[in-house]
Amino acid sequence: MSRIKSPAELEAFRKEILAQRDPDKPCITLCSGSACNATGSGKVAAALELEIEKQGVTTEVVSRRTGCHGFCEQGPIVVIYPQGICYLKVQPEDIAEIISETIKKQKIVERLLYVDPNSGERATLEEDIPFYKNQKRLVLGSNRKIDPRSLEDYLAVEGYQALTKVLFEMTPEQVVGEVKDAKLRGRGGAGFPSGLKWDFARKAPGDQKYVVVNCDEGDPGAYMDRSVMEGNPFAVLEGLMIGAYAIGANEGYIYVRQEYPLAVANLTVAIEKAEEYGLLGKDILGSGFDFTIKVHRGAGAFICGEETSLLNSLEGKAGEPNARPPFPAIRGLWTKPTNINNVETWANIPMIINKGAAFFSAIGTESSKGTKIFSLVGKVNNTGLVEVPMGASLRDIIFKIGGGVPGDKKFKAVQTGGPSGGCLPEGLLDTKVDFDELSQAGAMMGSGGMIVMDEDTCLVDIARYFLAFLSDESCGKCTPCREGIRQMLKILTNMTKGLAKEGDIDLLFELAEATKGSSMCALGKTAPNPVLSTLKHFREEYEAHINEKRCPSLSCKALIDFYIDPEKCKGCGACFRKCPAEAIEGGKKRIHVIVQDKCTKCGGCHEACPAAFDAVNILSGVPVPEATPEEARAIG
Amino acid sequence: MSEISLQIDGKEVAVSEGTTILEAARSLGIEIPTVCDHAQLSPYGACRICTVEADANGRTNLVASCQYPVEKDMVVRTKTEQIDKIRKVLLEQMLSHAPDSEQLVALGQIYGADRDRFEKESSFCILCGLCVRYCAEVKKKDAISFFDRGAKREIAFLPEIAMQECWDCKECFPLCPTSALQAAYVLTEALMTPSVVPTPSCGGSCGCK
Repeated sequence: MSRIKSPAELEAFRKEILAQRDPDKPCITLCSGSACNATGSGKVAAALELEIEKQGVTTEVVSRRTGCHGFCEQGPIVVIYPQGICYLKVQPEDIAEIISETIKKQKIVERLLYVDPNSGERATLEEDIPFYKNQKRLVLGSNRKIDPRSLEDYLAVEGYQALTKVLFEMTPEQVVGEVKDAKLRGRGGAGFPSGLKWDFARKAPGDQKYVVVNCDEGDPGAYMDRSVMEGNPFAVLEGLMIGAYAIGANEGYIYVRQEYPLAVANLTVAIEKAEEYGLLGKDILGSGFDFTIKVHRGAGAFICGEETSLLNSLEGKAGEPNARPPFPAIRGLWTKPTNINNVETWANIPMIINKGAAFFSAIGTESSKGTKIFSLVGKVNNTGLVEVPMGASLRDIIFKIGGGVPGDKKFKAVQTGGPSGGCLPEGLLDTKVDFDELSQAGAMMGSGGMIVMDEDTCLVDIARYFLAFLSDESCGKCTPCREGIRQMLKILTNMTKGLAKEGDIDLLFELAEATKGSSMCALGKTAPNPVLSTLKHFREEYEAHINEKRCPSLSCKALIDFYIDPEKCKGCGACFRKCPAEAIEGGKKRIHVIVQDKCTKCGGCHEACPAAFDAVNILSGVPVPEATPEEARAIG
Repeated sequence: MSEISLQIDGKEVAVSEGTTILEAARSLGIEIPTVCDHAQLSPYGACRICTVEADANGRTNLVASCQYPVEKDMVVRTKTEQIDKIRKVLLEQMLSHAPDSEQLVALGQIYGADRDRFEKESSFCILCGLCVRYCAEVKKKDAISFFDRGAKREIAFLPEIAMQECWDCKECFPLCPTSALQAAYVLTEALMTPSVVPTPSCGGSCGCK
């Protein structure tokens, strides 16, 4: 195929692609995102290819390796269209049966279906699984239908329609107006209105302007941008080009973390294909609009997700922030006006142009429109990527989509917004996913990290964990961020070790205020959030650590002791065999005793003790009772 | 350049566009404390001691006055209870690294900072960057730089450049508010050419040969 030179040629090509595709022909899609690759999607793909040949169905089915479907807990995932039959945790040895039963005989392989852990019911279709049923997958939806490296697949799902419309039917002002009317807010963290940002860059004086994709996703446990970039790179490219046309840029940069090799690989292929077909380069579709893209791989600094640091890094300088103003829209990359948006923001653009601002702004709340992708992780049954309309409650996300907390554990908190976000307690679970509402509750939207914690999680330790992360990831340029985090981290570390002092909470507040108030960039300004939100909602845990040297979650090692209840111990020896530190004194039919000096508090004895006995207790804030004397340890 | 009028601590002033709040305040004779500011260097915004409160565009923000450009009808307060508290904490944090720095001790007295409030870090460096920026911007030699990030950030001379450039310069020495630089320099000197230059006990900083 040579370059496509006009919208008519593009439509003819699209028709040709669609004509070759029979929508009723069985299509086996296999999730091949990073998560499913890790659980063996590659081997499943090889088996699929082999088996299709072996069972002689080459002409009867199509197979496709797609991007991330989102239900990462249950990968590798196979979905068979047109019905949408969904098989989970598929192994290479399951493939023969899938072909012989489902493809040849239209029979369902029951054992590969989703089973509801609560009701025991099976779900045959993707749309019947509660994890998917309660989502609204406007951005992620195409991930499961297309091969991310196939331009044909992208064209088959209306790809490049928005670009054509923009280039031939809309002025740059109209494009900016559409994005403004859609009330799209940036998905990277701060939630700044995207249309307004575009308008600043468009109106900024200068002939040379740039557009940049921020794919330096760094929040622990978050991978929304990775999955969009891996699974649908053409949508990001199309969004970026629309933005470039709107602000008057002819060059774009995509800043992707080095740690996302599959995203870089799929993106690189997508750019090559787009160049080959004339959807990048000179005079795109004969419109006179030129656009080129360069991919830059980030070296792994969290701070480079901050826009001014990212631009410094792109220029080859150290990834450190600059003061704003001037904002990048006025003075950005190489001092030229630059518009920088996050991956998810860009991926929303083609949809807004195709379906219109009214469609988009009808979804969500008053101040937050459209959908938002979250990476739902931690102590939740269904971990994975979820996309919900703005305004969905945290409760619905965690319990309806996420299936609640595993085991018999109680929900304790949900952390949203990454390291700079906050932890919300059960009482705030009805908080809606909305930029302003989450901020008011003491958390933030951030880029979409959502970590669920159960009753075993110590919130003081969680605050310490995030501060430790930020201490490593702060650039260290300004005093309040560098030193404030250092001092707050010291206090929190001491608390978890039982070394806290009276007045530490006041000192934390004082440090937090200075760090929040005077840091240069958003990393520092929001760094105290993990401390402030946990202090706001879980202050009693801090007080227990300080005043009673007690960890209410029985999690901080320095504050807990393991103790075998002599009344309950049956002398089975399970804990004795498990203990790696030889800290347990046992013997047949004898009460077992933990030698506290030798105990490393690994918790092995607690896990090993049969539930029927439940003899190993975890104590905190109280002295360990005197050990039963040797001569009194015989049982029965 | 158009004139921009604003108010600082209740006093009206008109300055040219692009002027920083700090410069505008100085033109009024209002003193805002600084540590990392230097007349020959571009604003850097590291110490944050110059933080002030500014009302602009309907919002009140705390901003670093050394970097923030004046805006039309801005109302600035250089001294509030909150700002004093922040400056105190920032000084205490810096004093934990350099408890004997004359400049920091003097500022600490103004804001009631307790130099022993935080555990001593004994790096002697507050990372104001005066040496690094002076070498880069004025001397254009880049013989000294920042290394690592976050709490591990430090300054160090690059031996390859330092052994060519530093012997006859040393102009960064007097800029250092904590004497950290001399220590770092001497260390590098010692590491660089132990066989050629014997290191005197004074570290060479007193000018002896």
